[in-house]
Amino acid sequence: MTITSLKNRTARNQKVLNYDIPTILMMSLLLGSAGCVNENAGSTENQSQTQAGSSFNLGTTASASDIAAWNLDMDPSGSGAPVGSGSVTEGKEVFDLKCAVCHGPDGGGTPLGDQLVGREPREGFPFGQVRGQYRRTVGNYWPYATTLFDYIIRSMPMNAPGSLSADEVYAASAYILYMNDIVDADAVMDRESLPKVVMPARDRFVMDNRTGGPQIR
Amino acid sequence: MGKLTRRAMLGTSGGIIAGGLLKTRADAISFVDKSSENEVEFQDPTKVLGRLTSEVGQRAPEEQPRRLVRNPNVSHSSSSRTPLHRLNGIITPADLHFERHHAGIPAIAPEQYELLIHGMVDRPMKFTLNDLKRFPSVSRLYFVECSGNGGSAYNKEASREVDPQQMDGLTSTSEWTGVPLATLLQEVGVQEGASWLLAEGGDAALMARSVPIEKAWDDAMIGYGQNGEAIRPEQGYPARLLLPGWEGNASVKWIRRIEVKDRPTMTRDETSKYTDPLKDGTARQFSFTIDAKSAITFPAYPYTLTEPGWWEIQGLAWSGRGRITKVDISTDGGDTWLESKLHGPVLSKCHTRFTHPWNWDGQETILMSRATDETGYVQPALSTLMEARGEGTSYHYNSIRPWKVEENGRVYFAQGDIS
Repeated sequence: MTITSLKNRTARNQKVLNYDIPTILMMSLLLGSAGCVNENAGSTENQSQTQAGSSFNLGTTASASDIAAWNLDMDPSGSGAPVGSGSVTEGKEVFDLKCAVCHGPDGGGTPLGDQLVGREPREGFPFGQVRGQYRRTVGNYWPYATTLFDYIIRSMPMNAPGSLSADEVYAASAYILYMNDIVDADAVMDRESLPKVVMPARDRFVMDNRTGGPQIR
Repeated sequence: MGKLTRRAMLGTSGGIIAGGLLKTRADAISFVDKSSENEVEFQDPTKVLGRLTSEVGQRAPEEQPRRLVRNPNVSHSSSSRTPLHRLNGIITPADLHFERHHAGIPAIAPEQYELLIHGMVDRPMKFTLNDLKRFPSVSRLYFVECSGNGGSAYNKEASREVDPQQMDGLTSTSEWTGVPLATLLQEVGVQEGASWLLAEGGDAALMARSVPIEKAWDDAMIGYGQNGEAIRPEQGYPARLLLPGWEGNASVKWIRRIEVKDRPTMTRDETSKYTDPLKDGTARQFSFTIDAKSAITFPAYPYTLTEPGWWEIQGLAWSGRGRITKVDISTDGGDTWLESKLHGPVLSKCHTRFTHPWNWDGQETILMSRATDETGYVQPALSTLMEARGEGTSYHYNSIRPWKVEENGRVYFAQGDIS
């Protein structure tokens, strides 16, 4: 690697990392001093390691098909999620065949699988207030409908993970939402409609609001 | 010296120690590991040759600490707990590190392992295990703790008969070796606007968590070594994410994919699970950091103090926000507190061993430990934590653990007595 290309890459990385632009001289000093001894010096050490090696030319480029094979997640925007669709009716077939054995025929849960269905209490969100009074379900606790697709397609059914098609997962998601009285019997879920489902507990969730220091929160 | 049975040998060694000033947990109870019941005969070891060298060492037959496996162990989503009350120092032997996994322990061929990093990056890349090992490495001591640890203590009517392993055994400390995640992100070139990572494991759950990208620039690492050897399969072999000081679930094991994004994915384990419902009708999300915490590991249930006199109180303290600065001990139910001795090294985001000599007068009393970290956070009493969060909250149970010593020397968990 030439010094010019090293400088260019360093400048580009500087924009991302918000570090001071190190000169080549500083970089070699850092390289020499990397490796703090007997100290969990996370931050400093990571920065010096990063600046020391602008590129190590290790690893191989990932192809589009490499990425597509593993990139199955779905976030609340729905963008980038696998294509497919499924109805409540189709979802009942999937659920009865693949899910009910652990989650119960009505989604009421068994020792092997969580309770999925339940809206009680219809008012309020007493889970932090009261110990053990209500089971947390998709209907009364889950803030995002997209989590259903995201979780099921990668993790379920437990004895055969990854065996459901995207269509089946959209259908199972639709049926679980229907059992929770969140979508109608004629609902069809896909990567456009699933993110639009507003979950009852959506507004209950807040980012970590502990601020550090002596505060007990 | 004639032949001794194992049992007699244990009795003799106990007697020698009992003659000294300070008794330790070894005097309180001899954990009878099953082999010690055997009438195996010991010969005078100074008069017979010992056994030969071996390729892999083994524990003394009389010392067989075990993880406590969740009972019933019927699901592949399960856990096991570290025997904190049988260990010394701060390092957890790798085969006793607690386990928590959501779909069993995968068998991954190291030569087929790849870590994919893609998303908002200039160069999507795949790294083999050998690639990871060629990057500049770091070795650091960190605890990993499940945020569900201590759940049995978060109860005004907690059971008296719960031991430190059952209560707090979902925390362990190892020396982890690996490559800083920042180094790998540098290699792929993170694009402007990126703010979150999705970290996904290569197990049958494809367990996934969203992580703020700042943690990668700080101290996150991809680990492949644990206490000098390769990471154990149940700890993420061949490679795992480590997010020092943060709840263990986010340190995704068997990591196979990192997607760089501008938003969290809202996976099951950051919505349905690992969120903390609070008494004000909200649920706290992405509550990664472990607040300061300590636990007495001796005296604790099921030990029995055999007589009044000097005993050494022992325990562990840790904080996800930095170093432990002190651990106070009360031997009178919280009326007075004394600073314990911290055993070095005292490291950030790492178990810290504390001890305190105590002259027990034979009267019933309650023992407590209270950790303070370098941010000034002081471990709260259960009542204080419940007042802040509510009785029904989940995860991050870091309240003070009280232990009652009865006149007969028996020790019980005392939360129910003081609530």
